[in-house]
Amino acid sequence: MSNAANFPLLSLILFTPLVGALLLLVVPKTSGNAIRWIANLFALAGFVVSLPLWFWYDTTNPAYQFVERLPWIPSIGAEYFLGVDGFSVLLILLTTMMGSIAVLSSWTAITERVKEYYVFLLMLQTGMLGAFMALDFLLFFLFWEVMLVPMYFLIGIWGSANRLYSAIKFFLYTLVGSVVMLLGILALYFSFEATTGVYTFDVTQYQAHDYPTNLQWWVFLAFFLGFAIKVPMFPFHTWLPDAHTDAPTAGSVILAAVLLKMGTYGFVRFSLPILPEASRTFVPMVVALSIVGVIYGALVAMAQKDWKRLVAYSSVSHMAMVMLGMFALNPVGITGSIVQQLNHGISTGALFLLVGVVYERRHTREIAEYGGLSKVMPIYAAIFLLMTMSSIGLPTLNGFIGELLILQGIFAVSMVWAGVAAAGIVLGAAYMLWLYQRTMFGKIENPKNEHLPDMGLREVVTFVPLIILAVWIGLYPAPFLERLETSVARVVSRVSPQYTDAQAAADCSTPATRVAPVMASVQAQPQPVAMLAQAQPAGPSAFGAAACSDRTAPGQER
Amino acid sequence: MNLIWLIPLLPGLGALLNGLVGVRYFSRQVSGLVACAAMAGALGVSLFAFAQLLGLDPSARVHDVVVADWIPRIPLQLADGTIGGFEVPWGFRLDPLSGMMILVVTGIGFLIHVYATAYMHEEPRGGFARFFCYLNLFCFFMLLLVLGSNFLVMFVGWEGVGLCSYLLIGYWYEKKSAGDAGKKAFITNRVGDWGFVLGIFLVFVTFGTIDFREVAGLAAAMPVEVQFGTLSLICLLLFIGATGKSAQIPLYVWLPDAMEGPTPVSALIHAATMVTAGVYMVGRNAVLFEHAPIVMQIVAVVGVLTALMAASIGLVQNDIKRVLAYSTVSQLGYMFTAMGVGAFAAGAFHLMTHAFFKALLFLCSGSVIHAMAGEQDMRHMGGLKKYLPVTFTTMMIGTLAIAGIPPLAGFFSKDEILLSAFLANRFVWAIGVVTALMTAFYMYRLMSMTFFGEYRGPAWAGHGHGAAHDAHGAGHHGHATDGHGHGGGHGHGAWHGPHESPRTMTVPLMALAVGAIVAGFVGVPAVLGGGNAIHAFLEPSFSPPGHVEMAHAPDVATAAPAAAVDDHGDEHAAEEGAHGAEGHHAPVAVELGLMAFSVAIGIIGILLAYRFYVQTPEVSEAMAARWAGLHRVLTNKYYVDEAYDATVIGGTMASARGLWAVDRTVVDGAVNGTGRLTIVAAWFSGLTDRSVVDGAVNLVARAAQELSYAFRRVQTGLIQNYALLMLVGVFAFVTVYLFVR
Repeated sequence: MSNAANFPLLSLILFTPLVGALLLLVVPKTSGNAIRWIANLFALAGFVVSLPLWFWYDTTNPAYQFVERLPWIPSIGAEYFLGVDGFSVLLILLTTMMGSIAVLSSWTAITERVKEYYVFLLMLQTGMLGAFMALDFLLFFLFWEVMLVPMYFLIGIWGSANRLYSAIKFFLYTLVGSVVMLLGILALYFSFEATTGVYTFDVTQYQAHDYPTNLQWWVFLAFFLGFAIKVPMFPFHTWLPDAHTDAPTAGSVILAAVLLKMGTYGFVRFSLPILPEASRTFVPMVVALSIVGVIYGALVAMAQKDWKRLVAYSSVSHMAMVMLGMFALNPVGITGSIVQQLNHGISTGALFLLVGVVYERRHTREIAEYGGLSKVMPIYAAIFLLMTMSSIGLPTLNGFIGELLILQGIFAVSMVWAGVAAAGIVLGAAYMLWLYQRTMFGKIENPKNEHLPDMGLREVVTFVPLIILAVWIGLYPAPFLERLETSVARVVSRVSPQYTDAQAAADCSTPATRVAPVMASVQAQPQPVAMLAQAQPAGPSAFGAAACSDRTAPGQER
Repeated sequence: MNLIWLIPLLPGLGALLNGLVGVRYFSRQVSGLVACAAMAGALGVSLFAFAQLLGLDPSARVHDVVVADWIPRIPLQLADGTIGGFEVPWGFRLDPLSGMMILVVTGIGFLIHVYATAYMHEEPRGGFARFFCYLNLFCFFMLLLVLGSNFLVMFVGWEGVGLCSYLLIGYWYEKKSAGDAGKKAFITNRVGDWGFVLGIFLVFVTFGTIDFREVAGLAAAMPVEVQFGTLSLICLLLFIGATGKSAQIPLYVWLPDAMEGPTPVSALIHAATMVTAGVYMVGRNAVLFEHAPIVMQIVAVVGVLTALMAASIGLVQNDIKRVLAYSTVSQLGYMFTAMGVGAFAAGAFHLMTHAFFKALLFLCSGSVIHAMAGEQDMRHMGGLKKYLPVTFTTMMIGTLAIAGIPPLAGFFSKDEILLSAFLANRFVWAIGVVTALMTAFYMYRLMSMTFFGEYRGPAWAGHGHGAAHDAHGAGHHGHATDGHGHGGGHGHGAWHGPHESPRTMTVPLMALAVGAIVAGFVGVPAVLGGGNAIHAFLEPSFSPPGHVEMAHAPDVATAAPAAAVDDHGDEHAAEEGAHGAEGHHAPVAVELGLMAFSVAIGIIGILLAYRFYVQTPEVSEAMAARWAGLHRVLTNKYYVDEAYDATVIGGTMASARGLWAVDRTVVDGAVNGTGRLTIVAAWFSGLTDRSVVDGAVNLVARAAQELSYAFRRVQTGLIQNYALLMLVGVFAFVTVYLFVR
């Protein structure tokens, strides 16, 4: 890691979009193109400054990295405390990339109140980035709430027909969840003080603290409401199709690609490591809701006549898959869950962009209005096909890696759960291919579609990074998985200690300093010769290393 | 052999080139050349690698190449409680089975590519490049499928060929039926893939690895499952995957519809290569399946029933390609029958011979369709023999081969399957024989209706056919364009009657015809004086790895019956090993007798068809009228599509609509209800605010006003009274202060 100079990289990434927003405020309203250029430059700059995270993140270090720590409200122990691990690095990069794509995609789509639009879009960017970086729970909550406001205006002002209803629904629904979540945060805060005498919102300390079981249950439920609404999990999902349908294209893209990840990120950052016992207890509930979500989302998507609403329901199905992998509570499932969050961001983001392209030309989202577009828009048809395949998990594209790991992970827990969830993949293919057929195949029957122009250069450019990522993750996901390894190991060491213990028994060089855990004995069980040779890792794995460091140092870097 | 990764890569690059550049900039010639060159290169590398493989000692014919890590190791708890590592490399493996397959795919693939350059010549330039992009891409995935050294690389190819199949079936996307058929193929295959992926997951949690050889080695050390256990479940799930890809009951329904695609596609994908992937996969996992005898029985029964059912449907179809499609389903059933009775080598052998003669038959049918300007209905053909001599001769060779007439390829492979079935299960054998009879019959029926008798097709310019024929021709002319139109049509206006196809089409036909004649010679059984070379060659692929070494370790050898088969390297022993517990000990007389019997069956089938369709064509019509009910059932394919529509598809759509209604009314209703409740509550709270809370404030004011009347009396205007009150007040205050202090 080349962060020796203690350069505040995270703050730079965090505030670049905000600076852009502030700068826009002083630009006169009338100079539309200047506003567009400035917004694009700052969004792109936001992406560029976040790239060092990819290269400088140390994949062997299990601690939070690029840490910045300043007092914020000392009287209550709240701090300006930023830091990232593998999860947040990938999600931050996704956010900055999707942010610049969303800004670029709005060039011709937004013609009214251009200035305010970009200000809100950039503010939203800062809010989301902050949530992924904050290691202080109160700071996290601040960012969590802050991003609601710009999104509310984006839907409410630049949305379509039902925009006010959808915007208010989005705002209030999320707010209900976050109020309950705040109660949960405060419960943790006071309970932590009661046992340690320290008032702090430091998440890393919470993650190393063993909360009483009873409290864990209540807090888990409180967090569950907050995060599950955001994901959104069945049955808390109904705000999503409305918000998506009525949001402007860029809003939908950001909403799908990044905002929904707040919920899943919340689970993996807070619920699992802070409340491991409760997480284990509630596995059946979460898994049941996830499986229902996978199938239900897919079936309801199949019944849609509105292109955007169909993609929105597919989102419900895919995000349920993400939750399913996470609550397998094993390394394969959690890794798959994070990878699938990226994949969902890429493919669903792209699908919303694609809807936006034709919406800008025809101003309708009715599937029946289209048909035969392959003929007039071949480039569009090719990109749409690629993203459809990415969305339905075709091997060699990104979606497959995520779904594979998720299902393999949950399969190791329960064959039946995996069997039912895998049926969702069949349905996924059905509704997406049907959509593709209805819009792209056939003869052009609607005269309005006869002369639709194919995608222009700017539009193609918005898809290029997504296509590259889809193929890259599909063919060679190793760089992504490497960045997740230690972070997954840290979470797993909390929720499924048997992994760490078994590996630690093999890896730790100083076994005398600690008591050998019970589960370590499983490694000694007799097994076929070839398998034993296979099962022994070549060197100390992240899992063993996490276990070792857990016992030698608190997993964080100051 | 270290370059085997080039074999899939070359067509992959061809696809990329045609897809990214060709669609815009390539002329037809360049597109076709790029695609054919890619295939020729792959064929060259394959031949080279295969020759090297043959040069090795039979026990050492395995060559692994790992190109890169795909999914790096992630820990996962296995079924036995130990922590394993989920890890997938981009690994390729050349062994006898995959060696045979790459030759089939690249060899037949190359010929079909050449054929297609002529067949597709009327496509617009961009469409032409798109077609060859897909065709190359298909070969890329197919080669990935056969060369993959673990389940997941195979699965990549497996899904990839499914995608290409989807794209190529729907190649003429403006036709609704083409789009429908492509979608149906993809989704039906996905249903099978559901079983396949679950099978892969179960393999991993059971064995801790998904490498084929490692799994085979570990499975060999496990007892054969007399009762349904984990291995049986694995095999059943894998077989579900195979029924999808290889079009077996209950998932065969997509294959006949897949004929919407251009004919070269039908030949390559839906006859010679892709649809055999399921058979290949079962063969790949022969050791696993041998440990699951219950599933083996299921495989055999499903296989033979599919063979029978598809053949019976094939008896009455009138679309030339549909007959061949049902024939393919039926022949795939044979291959599964072979697998199911443990004759893996025989199944793989039939896979290979079938690839030759079925590709040949499809390409011939394409030549006929080409000659007839897109017509696919055999009732409007007839007497084409004199117009299409090359096509006729080569197609006759294919027909005789599939009917099992010696010494053509189909004879040897089919006979071996029937012999194995006879030894394993007489019931299965009997159905197989009936199917063989039907096969010979429907194939010769196809030949008769197409090439023999009177010409029944439309008239053409300068052709002195009767007026009746003209009317007839006009009547079905429209039919040809709407139902089975050959894309943009084959230039109906310029049609000058049936004509032999150009050399780029007939030369591949002749090459394949040679293949259909000689491909069987690698498997001439011992009773006919042959060495059955293919058996000995393929055998190591169906045995657990390194079982030469393991045979010397007594503890392993006793635990595994399959491993107990010793490997002296001589062909006879290896042949016995193929059948494992089933054995292969038929007396020579029985073997020869069966052989003669199946030849007789083939000849009877041909003679029957000859009688019904050439000698006295009215007999077939009379029979169709006599058993009208049966005929209708067969013509309508046992109404299976209708049944699926009514149950599975209808059910899914109904539940989709139902849940959408529930989502709007109940789930979202609850949300909106809560919202409205809040508004109502807010109104009440407003009411309360005005009446109660605000009322209280007003009350205080009123009270103050009222009380002031009482206090007004105190205001007497007299100074001394005020002074007195003040004094009392100060006194009271000081008193309170002193006490409280």
